Amino acid sequence: MSTITLPENPPPLKAQSKNLDFYYGDFKALKSVSMPVYEHKVTALIGPSGCGKSTYLRCYNRMHDLYPGNRYVGEISLMPDGVNVLAPQVDAIEVRMRISMVFQKPNPFPKSIFENVAYGLRVRNERSRSFLEDRVEAALRGAALWEEVRDRLDEAGSNLSGGQQQRLCIARALATDPEIILFDEPTSALDPIATGAIEELIGELKQKVSILIVTHNMQQAARVSDYTAYMYLGELIEYGDTKDIFMKPKRKETEDYITGRFG
Amino acid sequence: MPEMPLTGEARLAQMAQAKARRSRREKAIEAVLLLAACVSVFTTVGIVYILLKESFAFFTHVSLWDFLTDTQWTPLFDDAHFGIMVLLSGTLTSSAVALLVAIPLGTIIAIYLSEFAGHKTRETLKPVLELLSGVPTIIYGYFALLFVTPLLQKLFPELPGFNVLSAGLVMGIMIIPYVASLSEDAMRAVPMGLREGSYAMGATRFQTAVRVVVPAAISGIASAYILGISRAVGETMILAVAAGMQPSLTFNPMEPAATITSFVVQVALGDLPHGSVGYQTIFAAGLLLLLLTLAFNMLGYWVRRRYREAY
Amino acid sequence: MNNPNPSAPSSFGDTVAGSPAARTEQIRALIRVAKRWDHFFALLGLLAMMVGILTLVALFTEMVIDGLPRLNLDFFTSFPSRRAGQAGILSAWVGSILVMMVTALFAVPVGIAGAIYLEEYAKKNWFTDIIEINIANLAGVPSIVYGLLALGLFVYTFGFGQSILSAGLTLALLILPIVIVATREALRSIPKHIREAAYGCGASQWQVVQDHLLPYSTPGILTGVIIGMARAIGETAPIITIGALTFIVFLPPVPGTGEPPAGMFDWLFSPFTVMPIQIFNWTSRPDPAFHQNAAAASLVLVVMTLGMNGLAIWLRYRLRKKIKW
Repeated sequence: MSTITLPENPPPLKAQSKNLDFYYGDFKALKSVSMPVYEHKVTALIGPSGCGKSTYLRCYNRMHDLYPGNRYVGEISLMPDGVNVLAPQVDAIEVRMRISMVFQKPNPFPKSIFENVAYGLRVRNERSRSFLEDRVEAALRGAALWEEVRDRLDEAGSNLSGGQQQRLCIARALATDPEIILFDEPTSALDPIATGAIEELIGELKQKVSILIVTHNMQQAARVSDYTAYMYLGELIEYGDTKDIFMKPKRKETEDYITGRFG
Repeated sequence: MPEMPLTGEARLAQMAQAKARRSRREKAIEAVLLLAACVSVFTTVGIVYILLKESFAFFTHVSLWDFLTDTQWTPLFDDAHFGIMVLLSGTLTSSAVALLVAIPLGTIIAIYLSEFAGHKTRETLKPVLELLSGVPTIIYGYFALLFVTPLLQKLFPELPGFNVLSAGLVMGIMIIPYVASLSEDAMRAVPMGLREGSYAMGATRFQTAVRVVVPAAISGIASAYILGISRAVGETMILAVAAGMQPSLTFNPMEPAATITSFVVQVALGDLPHGSVGYQTIFAAGLLLLLLTLAFNMLGYWVRRRYREAY
Repeated sequence: MNNPNPSAPSSFGDTVAGSPAARTEQIRALIRVAKRWDHFFALLGLLAMMVGILTLVALFTEMVIDGLPRLNLDFFTSFPSRRAGQAGILSAWVGSILVMMVTALFAVPVGIAGAIYLEEYAKKNWFTDIIEINIANLAGVPSIVYGLLALGLFVYTFGFGQSILSAGLTLALLILPIVIVATREALRSIPKHIREAAYGCGASQWQVVQDHLLPYSTPGILTGVIIGMARAIGETAPIITIGALTFIVFLPPVPGTGEPPAGMFDWLFSPFTVMPIQIFNWTSRPDPAFHQNAAAASLVLVVMTLGMNGLAIWLRYRLRKKIKW
């Protein structure tokens, strides 16, 4: 049973999952997870390793479709149209054009900085050079990377430092104007300074997109998110306002995890 | 009186002796193993030595200039000409035909197996490729001469019984497995994270394969192509059987031609006295062939090293 | 929790005109076109594979149709003859077997020994690098160059003549890289802790190799040897270059017979022929009756080669499952 505390005046809803189960083959990795994702807010998923938070995140953009043997049971509804993202009739590619992802290990393509950011647009058949240039610049500004790379857009993306690469990946995700950006432990491979830069960025980004972020760093969740969900062994244990979760958690399991008694 | 076990100093000496014996044995074994490992070096030395020795003898009779620029290759006639260009034209034409088949098909198959085919399909199709590369080339030669040529003659009635086209096509099919499997290895080595990044942007399989995976694997793919070229240049039997062994300076695949490799076969089938110019000719031709294939092999190796993506 | 939000997405989207519905339709059309490329390429891939498959089918069908009728006991027990109907592959397959024996006798010990040295004993210095570069290079040298090596060095300089010995040695050198690579891979797959356990028991380096590494890597080595032999049995160019005759109507002396001690090795220096050469000879004749013989002999050769390759693959699969580290 999940303990879910919804806010009194909830902001507009961007997406929600309803009784979501997920199976890796025969193994049930997610058990009936129901949770809201509010618009223009940052929702964090925390929990010990193996609790299913990344698995849950990857359901949102149907990443699991890439590997055989996986099965979704339940719904993830995307607003405003209320469509169930997990329905077999819904094209995964269409979903991914509305929901972007930033990965744990920065994965820029072996292309120039410009082409990396423009990739999503090219896949959408955008050819006009001036349009691409505008969008690339806007995306790089949005990712707080523009000033550092404006003079070397033709250089390889892999020449950047780790923190810059991750911001490049964020710009790439931004360029297509997504409705939700999924962050899968985006700073776990980065040093503290780069981490701080990304956290600051997330705070700014939420004005434009809704954000769902998985992190194993509790302090990061406390710093960066508006709402937090604590998961354990595939179940949603508790969900609520971040301040409440961290200062007065309602469940003992949540409290144990937050105070470091286990995990 | 039973022997007393040694103690103290004497025991130490005994142990030292045993150690020395064992160490001598181990060193001897190591020397034998080293010798075996060096056989490959001896082989290379042998090849270089014999090719150079006979080529030097050759070039005392024929000038290097003539060798490189004469437009006729008639080494066994009384009025002998030694223009290697003639043989090179055959090698080039046949290799071009072969690569026009092997490179596109090999790449397409590699992309298909790596990015499109499911596990079962891949496991069923890969043995087919291995089969293709396991057939002895003499049998491919038989196939080219007695099946492909008559077939082509239905399309092109003026096609002669010996022609470079049939041999080149069959050679190309034989090379497909090399290009395909090396390219596929290169593509499989691209980490999944890169693909996920592309799919997460809403790209399709084809877009991901062509825009992300192939560019990421390009150094391995390029070196696969280069190895294919090297293989085509060095192929002998398919050409010896199906392309005729008539040296002529032509780039038209619809004619018979001799290549560097089929020329050596032709001479070997005859009776050339050891030490004659005719005999030395094949070593000069062989030297050129070795230089060509070595150059390609090294280029392939260098391309792979230099442009390898560090993952 | 139902609170539909009808407004268009974020301020980021002010460059994209139209309602969400129009946008969705636009995206859907785009995806449809892009997916068409997906399907097209999948089809292309299968077509490309069909080229290879059809070639194999055509090849086998041709050989079977032309050659199967010729396959009878007489074919295996007759010498080549000027009369196509009476010609057989006796001298060819016997010659192939004898040459393979010499090849194996040389390539297997030398290849394994060389691989052991490189994996277990060699230090990382320029000398080792030279050996490794040589092995890599030799794998890419055309087989006809090996033939030239054999002709110049083995046949004349060493005086082995145009014999089984020359042929066997040449093919051994040809397949040496295959044996070495396979052995090295097999040795590498043995985990470090097995070696450490053996050393820990007080074994010397050679004892570790002899008692542990070789036995455990036997399947891998065997696979490599079989693949190498399958390659060698089908090689034509080097053997032609040595000067194997194509019309041999006698058999080399049986190994081991003849007056000892030197007579025992007479067979090594005997003239000979092998299967691929016989096929080559018959294919090159204009008389279609000989083409039938060529087809029959090809069938035999292909069955031998593919059978050996298949055996190697099966071995690799079976024995890999048995070893538990």
